[in-house]
Amino acid sequence: MSDILVSNIEVVPGRRVKTHLGLVQGSTVRAKHAGKDILAGLKNIVGGELKAYTELMQEAREEATDRMIKQAVSIGANGVLNVRYATTAVTMGAAEILAYGTAVVLE
Amino acid sequence: MEIFFEYFQLILFLFLLAVGFFVGRFLESQHYVSIRKREKALKKILAFATRYPPNLVDAQECRLVTGAVVISSDYFKQFVASLRNLVGGRFRGYESLFDRARREAIIRMKEDARRAGYSLIVNVKFETTSLSAGRQGAMPSFEILAFGTAIRPQRGMIG
Repeated sequence: MSDILVSNIEVVPGRRVKTHLGLVQGSTVRAKHAGKDILAGLKNIVGGELKAYTELMQEAREEATDRMIKQAVSIGANGVLNVRYATTAVTMGAAEILAYGTAVVLE
Repeated sequence: MEIFFEYFQLILFLFLLAVGFFVGRFLESQHYVSIRKREKALKKILAFATRYPPNLVDAQECRLVTGAVVISSDYFKQFVASLRNLVGGRFRGYESLFDRARREAIIRMKEDARRAGYSLIVNVKFETTSLSAGRQGAMPSFEILAFGTAIRPQRGMIG
């Protein structure tokens, strides 16, 4: 997937956008593992980073980004610009992660 | 022994409060030591909130970099926060929590950039999401994400 350019600025320095292909997006909903949730509950007493959740969110974000890139590739883009992320806690212990951006063809 | 069972809940509460206070405090200071150390090590990686790279830099490559952290409050801070809610005002305990998390996210983003061989990040944005929202009585925990576009200058950085 490294041949596709992903960035959160609107222009790529030194390259020209040939065609705009519109919005592409990818999202995933992830739930917390019950066992990890209990461990995190214990970690909550002393506070600090919840590593299991950090990993979970990171994996979910990669998945969302991959889906966005797949969509971009499928419509013939070679770059996704102005990428943004949005995260929403859906219910108890589940979160939706959305990645979206503008698919473009770069020269 | 009877007294112990009678006041079990109170004793448990005080125990958790004490653990939260002492261990939480210790972990926080440890975290700050590690943050300062890594921030120093990453001094060469520059991050800008501006949208475009400085004019002096002619980029040849760019890539999205991210850094994220999920952090939670401790038992003591949560208790103090619930008292603080009654009177309002600033609450230092949570301020330091957010500060730690933001700096950690920035550090991870910069590490991501360094791993891929970049030394400049532009258009840095933050996203904050509460993971405990809507959960009755849940310990406040939230995710902080920092992301930006890492670029590689064509002929070395100037200035």
